[in-house]
Amino acid sequence: MSKTVIGISDLNIADPPGEGSVITYALGSCIAICLYDSVAKIAGMAHIMLPASKECPTDRNMKKFADTAAVELVRMMEMRGARRVRMKAKIAGGAQMFKVLSDAANIGRRNTQATKDILRSLLIPIVAEDTGDDFGRTVEFFSANGILQVRTAKMGNWEL
Amino acid sequence: MSIGSYDQVNNLHLDILREIGNSGAGNAATALSMMLDRRIEMAPPIVRLTPIADIANALGGPEVMVVGILCHLAGDLEGMMMFVLEQAFAHQIINQLLMREIYSYEDMDDMDFSAIREIGNIMAGAFATALASLTGLTIELDVPGIAIDMAGAIMNVPAVAFGTLGDYALYIEEDIIEGTQQLKSRLLLIPTLDSLNAIMRSLGFGA
Repeated sequence: MSKTVIGISDLNIADPPGEGSVITYALGSCIAICLYDSVAKIAGMAHIMLPASKECPTDRNMKKFADTAAVELVRMMEMRGARRVRMKAKIAGGAQMFKVLSDAANIGRRNTQATKDILRSLLIPIVAEDTGDDFGRTVEFFSANGILQVRTAKMGNWEL
Repeated sequence: MSIGSYDQVNNLHLDILREIGNSGAGNAATALSMMLDRRIEMAPPIVRLTPIADIANALGGPEVMVVGILCHLAGDLEGMMMFVLEQAFAHQIINQLLMREIYSYEDMDDMDFSAIREIGNIMAGAFATALASLTGLTIELDVPGIAIDMAGAIMNVPAVAFGTLGDYALYIEEDIIEGTQQLKSRLLLIPTLDSLNAIMRSLGFGA
C-alpha cells in the first residue's frame, strides 16, 4: 500500500483511491485537515500551519493556511472524482506545546477554530476531532475506510 | 537596505549572526562548564537560513524525541529563542547534576525538568548576553518554557512564528563537546523583522 507523505504547509490525496494512505508527521500546533468521500474512496489531507491567509497578505502559499488549504484540497479531490456533498472531515493537531505562551498566542486553538469555520462554510461535517492538549501527533488517514490513526510519543496511539 | 522578509537575509547578515552565534556559544560553554563542574566546549556554530519545512529533520527526523526550551525576547529586541537538545544531552545533564541515571523520558521527575530548564536559562542568557554586548541593545528574557516531545511538533512552534514572516528560519547548529562525546544542540533565533533590522543597524549595517 502506498503512503503519501504530507509535509508542513502541504496537501495531497491518497493514491490509489481505496488503497493508499496519506500521512503527516509530528503535528504540533498545526492541524491535519482530513477529508473523505466514502463513495469514491478518495482521502485527502492538508497540513496547515496558520489560521487565515488574510493575516499574511503577501504570502501566496495557499497550502499554509486553514482557509485557503481546505478550499484547495476540496478542489483537488473534486478533480479526481470526489463530491463535496459526500465529504466528511476528521481533524487532528492544534496542540499547545509550551505552556508559557499566553492564551492569546495559542496558535493551536486558533488553527482549530479557523479549520472548523472554513469546514462549516464549505458545508463539510466534522465527524471526528482530536485537537488541543500539549503533545505532538503523527496522523495517517486511510482511503480504504476513512480511518484516521493518531500516534503520539507520550500518550499512546488511537483511531478516529 | 533594510530586511523586508526573512527571504531577503543575505550572506553578510548570516556572517553577522554567525559572529553572534560564536560569541554566544563561547559564553554558553563557560557557563555550562561551571554548572556541571567539568570542561565543556562548543563546536564552532553553523548558521544557516533553512526552509521551515526542513527544520524538523534537523535532529534525525520529525518523530525523534527531543527537549525544547523556549524563551521570549523583549526590550529593544523582540522575538523568540528556542534550544532543541537531543535527549541524550538532557540525560547527561541530569546524570551529572543530580547524580542519578535516567534512560528515558518516563524516568524524569520535576527535579529533572527544573535542571533542564536551568540549563536552558543559562544557554539563553549566554546568547542574549552575546547579542546585547555586540549590539549595545537591551534584551530581556522570560523564564523559559520546556517541552519534551517529537522534534517536528516542538520545532513547529518557532516555525509558526516564522511562518508569518517568510518560509525560512535562522537556524544555528552548535554541538556541545564533552570529553569524547559530541552532543547535538540546535538554536532557532527568531527576532521579529524590526528587531533583525535593529541588530543590523546597531552593528553599522543597513539603513
